[in-house]
Amino acid sequence: MTISIDPQKTNNESLQPKGWLRYFSFSLDHKVIGIQYLVCGFLFYLIGGTLASAIRIELASPMSDFMPRDVYNQVLTLHGTIMIFLWIVPVVNGAFGNYLIPFYVGARDMAFPRLNAVAFWLIPPSGLMLVASYFVEGAAQAGWTAYPPLSITTPQSGQIIWILSVLLLGGSSIFGGINFIATIIKLRRPGLKLMQLPMYCWAMLGTSLLVVLSTPVLAGTLILLSFDIIANTGFFNPVLGGNVVVYQHLFWFYSHPAVYIMVLPAFGLVSEILPVHARKPLFGYTTMVFSIMGIVVLGLVVWAHHMFTSGTPPWMRLFFTIATAFIAVPTGIKFFNWVATLWGGKISINSAMLFSCGFIINFVFGGITGVALAQVPFDIHVHDTYFVVAHFHYIVYGGTVFIIFSSIYHWFPKVTGRILNEKLGILHFIITFIGFNLCFAPQHWLGLNGMPRRVAEYDPQFQFVNQISSLGALLMAISTIPFLINVFLSVRNGKNAGDNPWNALTPEWLTSSPPPVENWEGEAPLVEEPYGYGKEIS
Amino acid sequence: MTTLDSSKEIQKNNSEVNETHEDFRMFGLITFLIADGMTFAGFFAAYLTYKAVNPLPDGAIYELELPIPTLNTILLLVSSATFHKAGKALLKDKNSDSQKWLFFTAFLGIIFLICQLFEYFHLPFGLTDNLFASTFYALTGFHGLHVTLGTLMILIIAWQSRINGGRLTSQNMFPLEAVELYWHFVDGIWVVLFIILYLL
Repeated sequence: MTISIDPQKTNNESLQPKGWLRYFSFSLDHKVIGIQYLVCGFLFYLIGGTLASAIRIELASPMSDFMPRDVYNQVLTLHGTIMIFLWIVPVVNGAFGNYLIPFYVGARDMAFPRLNAVAFWLIPPSGLMLVASYFVEGAAQAGWTAYPPLSITTPQSGQIIWILSVLLLGGSSIFGGINFIATIIKLRRPGLKLMQLPMYCWAMLGTSLLVVLSTPVLAGTLILLSFDIIANTGFFNPVLGGNVVVYQHLFWFYSHPAVYIMVLPAFGLVSEILPVHARKPLFGYTTMVFSIMGIVVLGLVVWAHHMFTSGTPPWMRLFFTIATAFIAVPTGIKFFNWVATLWGGKISINSAMLFSCGFIINFVFGGITGVALAQVPFDIHVHDTYFVVAHFHYIVYGGTVFIIFSSIYHWFPKVTGRILNEKLGILHFIITFIGFNLCFAPQHWLGLNGMPRRVAEYDPQFQFVNQISSLGALLMAISTIPFLINVFLSVRNGKNAGDNPWNALTPEWLTSSPPPVENWEGEAPLVEEPYGYGKEIS
Repeated sequence: MTTLDSSKEIQKNNSEVNETHEDFRMFGLITFLIADGMTFAGFFAAYLTYKAVNPLPDGAIYELELPIPTLNTILLLVSSATFHKAGKALLKDKNSDSQKWLFFTAFLGIIFLICQLFEYFHLPFGLTDNLFASTFYALTGFHGLHVTLGTLMILIIAWQSRINGGRLTSQNMFPLEAVELYWHFVDGIWVVLFIILYLL
């Protein structure tokens, strides 16, 4: 009668590949798709990281001697695009969202399993296309923002492949967002109230709303941009009567929320990890929920703070400065709630906890520079300098990537049934934390002293500080080695974790590790207090 | 949307537990249409900004004739009503009536597209002539793409509502409901587009 959406039928045991082969199949199992997202994203992270290393090698000397200037532009464009669209967004949303959300709502799979698999399988081809564009007349050179007229005047083929690739990735992101909203709103286990959901569900709900509302605008904008490039229209080309500022408005209408798309899920994940390793309930659950929703609403109306130097009229500057400053309020609430969660807890110093604490430290620093950047006079001074680069990386690397690693240490036992080696994990954290801060903290100084970003050559007076930054980048590159060794060793020979090595209370730990195909033997458990640490007598 | 039936439950047979859940495919579709609407919203915002801040070069032609788009508006509004009729007929198990209404709706959609092309061929400006022309073609073209997809989907469900062996029955209304909602959405966008592009 109806179109069968019966996972039992589609996950037919005899038809689906077994073992590791299923990760290369069009599997509909949300756990398999989550791991597909994670591993695929991590491979692109390695590519993007290699590009980042190339950038830092180039910048170790003031002249462009490591690579030609146009190649430098291609490298920085690919680095930005890969890290944002192929690593952070897919992993922090797709990977952890797919793996955890069905557990958290007490479901056997996502709401639309087929759409879910389609959303994932859009990513590898578009990513490969993007990387391959380097070998076809050179990749895009206009940065991840692709501002016209730069993106119209640089070589066309690379820019067009870039647009196609980002459109596909945007489509993947929208499909994922629709799926998350439907799963969280509609697929909750009977009896489970919205206000009993773990915080990551709320973060993903907010993120998915942003994805659904803002990504289509980017898609429309990029279609118009491709018309400008291919069909010689003049939407964004001042020579033909167009308006470059319209592109900036439309682009940032997506790309500012994109920052929240990258960081809100990390807020959710850290809210899951801290209570477990501090053995305390999450402090201020209700305020956390309202903060997330407040960030979602405010996040949609602050985009023009990226454009204070684009001839923005004074009333617009005033409005967007105030709106941006307001975002510090819900973010501050969340920050204090995390600290209060740790306060007086029985804290275990393990890799997951260390990376989460690293996140809190880095993120508050990135947040403070963010509030500073919202002030027009200051922003005009440091616009398009390394100060912005430093701020952005404190948010997305010091914030989100730290949480991605923290989450890998936290949920690795659930996925594989084995615990990652703690000594290697702590080594990984120490090198990453020192390397990251060594790399990006000096860039604040560089920016304040006027070193422009996205340029291969710079004034020789900045050389020493740039070399410190490059040394930090080297440490960050090295930090991947203990992590990879750890994963490869632990996945086969790691200590057996049991079903619930952290004694956590969130629902994913109440099933076996690794979980069975439909998540639970029998009915899904009803978890009314996912953070009830220290409340039960046992 | 008389036929939106959210109480219909999809049975899911697990070997041990018998679980049912609500049919939320329509919910997913609505979310998707909101996203799609945001694409149009971006285009409209761009168009209105251009209109406000980018003066056209001297001698640029941007006056539009109203008869064809007005006819098109009526066509789409009528097609929404005929689609609604198709749904009602199917609900009463009158499959052949439903099919007739569906074919008629698709016919109206095709007439719309022909009128649109006729207008394109008779306009005094081309895609790259000026900013207004580019935006006009981008907006109407993107909407026309939606109408084309909608018409194709209507033809598919009209085929599925055939009496012998058709998948579309009063017990399985979802394909019809989904396409109907999409069609109403495309009509609504056209009305907004007509007001903003032709009347303003």
